[in-house]
Amino acid sequence: MTETVIDPADPGLPPVEPDAPALVVSDLRVWFDTARGLVRAVDGVDLRVDAGRTLGVVGESGSGKSVLSRAVMNILAPSAVVLPGSRIEIEGHDTATLTKQQARHLWGARIAMVFQDPMTSLTPVLTIGRQLTETLRHHTGVDKAAALARAEELLRWVGIPEPARRLGQYPHNLSGGMRQRVGIALALSCSPRLLIADEPTTALDVTVQHQILNLLGRLQSEEGMAMILITHDLGVVAGRTDDIAVMYAGRVVEQAPTTTLFGEMRHPYTRALVRSIPRIADPSHTRLRTIPGRPPTVIDPPPGCAFAARCPHARPRCLAETPRLDGHHPGNVTPGHRHACFFPVGTPQGEQAFADNLAEGRTAAGLPIDERSVL
Amino acid sequence: MAGSGTAHLRPEDDQVLLSVRNLVVEFATGRSEKVHAVSDVSLDVRRGETVGLVGESGCGKSTVAKAIMQLPRPTAGAVEYDGRDLTGLPKRELRATRRKLQMIFQDPISSLNPLRKVKDIVAEGLDIAGSLPKGERAAAVDEMLEVVGLDPAVAGERRPHEFSGGQCQRISIARAIVLDPDLVICDEPVSALDVSVQAQILNLLEDMKARYGLTLLFIAHDLAVVKNVSDRVIVMYLGKICEVASPDLLYAEPLHPYTEGLLAAIPEPDPHAELTDRTLAGDLPSPVDPPSGCRFRTRCPRASARCAEEEPVITERRPGHFVACHHPLDTPQA
Repeated sequence: MTETVIDPADPGLPPVEPDAPALVVSDLRVWFDTARGLVRAVDGVDLRVDAGRTLGVVGESGSGKSVLSRAVMNILAPSAVVLPGSRIEIEGHDTATLTKQQARHLWGARIAMVFQDPMTSLTPVLTIGRQLTETLRHHTGVDKAAALARAEELLRWVGIPEPARRLGQYPHNLSGGMRQRVGIALALSCSPRLLIADEPTTALDVTVQHQILNLLGRLQSEEGMAMILITHDLGVVAGRTDDIAVMYAGRVVEQAPTTTLFGEMRHPYTRALVRSIPRIADPSHTRLRTIPGRPPTVIDPPPGCAFAARCPHARPRCLAETPRLDGHHPGNVTPGHRHACFFPVGTPQGEQAFADNLAEGRTAAGLPIDERSVL
Repeated sequence: MAGSGTAHLRPEDDQVLLSVRNLVVEFATGRSEKVHAVSDVSLDVRRGETVGLVGESGCGKSTVAKAIMQLPRPTAGAVEYDGRDLTGLPKRELRATRRKLQMIFQDPISSLNPLRKVKDIVAEGLDIAGSLPKGERAAAVDEMLEVVGLDPAVAGERRPHEFSGGQCQRISIARAIVLDPDLVICDEPVSALDVSVQAQILNLLEDMKARYGLTLLFIAHDLAVVKNVSDRVIVMYLGKICEVASPDLLYAEPLHPYTEGLLAAIPEPDPHAELTDRTLAGDLPSPVDPPSGCRFRTRCPRASARCAEEEPVITERRPGHFVACHHPLDTPQA
């Protein structure tokens, strides 16, 4: 790669509007061309993260949450097709209109990512110091000695003991938790304004997970950056985010401020996800609530709600018409709370739908239900 | 924690199916050093009981599981299954006895041979045992696939890559249970799965246990999962046992500082739950050169000089609640 040394004060980007949100995603569609057909991994997602805020993105494997983050980071696989009309704005800049020069110092510097597996996101053949200084020198143009000093400072900042010695070590010399700290130091080395953490603790023990999440929270408030925390575990995002978006089959099905989401969840899928978590407070051998069936593979989806086949509230309308996130659905009262369900949880319409299905013994999609099926 | 001792064993109980005593597993590294993976661990499992084994990565819980299966044979100690010590059995007898012990592994996809059809994967144990004629073999496989929630007509002819992680774990469960085992060792069976699939698999394991009268040794790092399935929980740290109790006792009033730290780290799906800083700092020390005395002392907020000199012994602190600690949580902090 040719080195273009950039004045750190002027990375080639137009100035940031002070009130510009860290990230705005509108109508993002990312499809994959596969042998079996076009897979709609992300199918019309709108999101907004304001400066300094934390958004949790929650969903099961295959819900499209990682493809969403990769689209924002501009690291999609070559087989991905971003459909026309999709728009990603970072700090007020439409990423489609950036010059090459501007783009190079946007991704990796102003917006950075922490990956799930710290062993595969660090290269095994270079020392920790080399990997940290490479990024610093490329983006900020400092000399080698200054970059090393900054790298040592970064390692100390993320809580790595004996940082000077660690600089000369390789990733395999470190434990999983320490490696993830290095991954975080790497992502934060150029003081990004937005950090995307994609399942940053899924590969770690629960004690280390707690340390890493606390660390991310501390660094975020010190730096005042925005963060997107992507996970399949609602427990991870419950106490650590301002807002949560729940994804299912490539779409956001519910989005709300965190306390609202847990207190007044509207989408039957959100409720099902929360209820399938084993709780410490429950006595042992408590039967867990499960979601019947499994997520659909989104190839040529039929009209209707993608969750209908697994949903105890599914009525004929759910099979004929696709509910939109910003549609006028019952129970949309709290500002900032949006959901995509015709018969939401906790509304008379939702209760009526369940009662009707119960009377018929099955949902409109043919799922047999009884009193215990309240998901 | 770092405790040795056998106070928590139930030798007078004639329902004990598996009894592991003073198990030691060490691995030689290249440089004349030894990895002390499991150091003097004792445990027993009653018929029909589920014993949960929890701890962080590297605490030796999977090594205990493999040592019970004699894969490889442990460095020292006894593994008594149904009254026979497996460690001393000649190979041929060990193979015959071991059919009654089966294992389910963490990664459902890599633990299934990608080249073989599902019906052959499930039947392999039966073929090796050579106990069934061909027609009955096929019927047994189909029945087992049905029981674990797969359609035998469709699933049997397919290969593992055509299934999701949760379905592969169902196939692994079918493969283990088709041999009609007494004891099933589940080594992190749900940690690679999404929460919604995890709930399905945990319920399936409970159903299988009831239907076939199984005894389970359930290994996991997730305390909420372990609580859900277990009748008795054993907490391990760096090759030693810290605490043993029924889940309700252990989770309500932990006695070992390590157990308390583990519990505090569990993420609660409740936005109002308090986030605590009071969790364990640091990493597990190296098992090549474990700390003297109590192995947990380097991360323990209650550690004293005594903890470095003297290894705590497992004692019954309350009825049915055992702990190996010089300064358990029901004593005032020094």
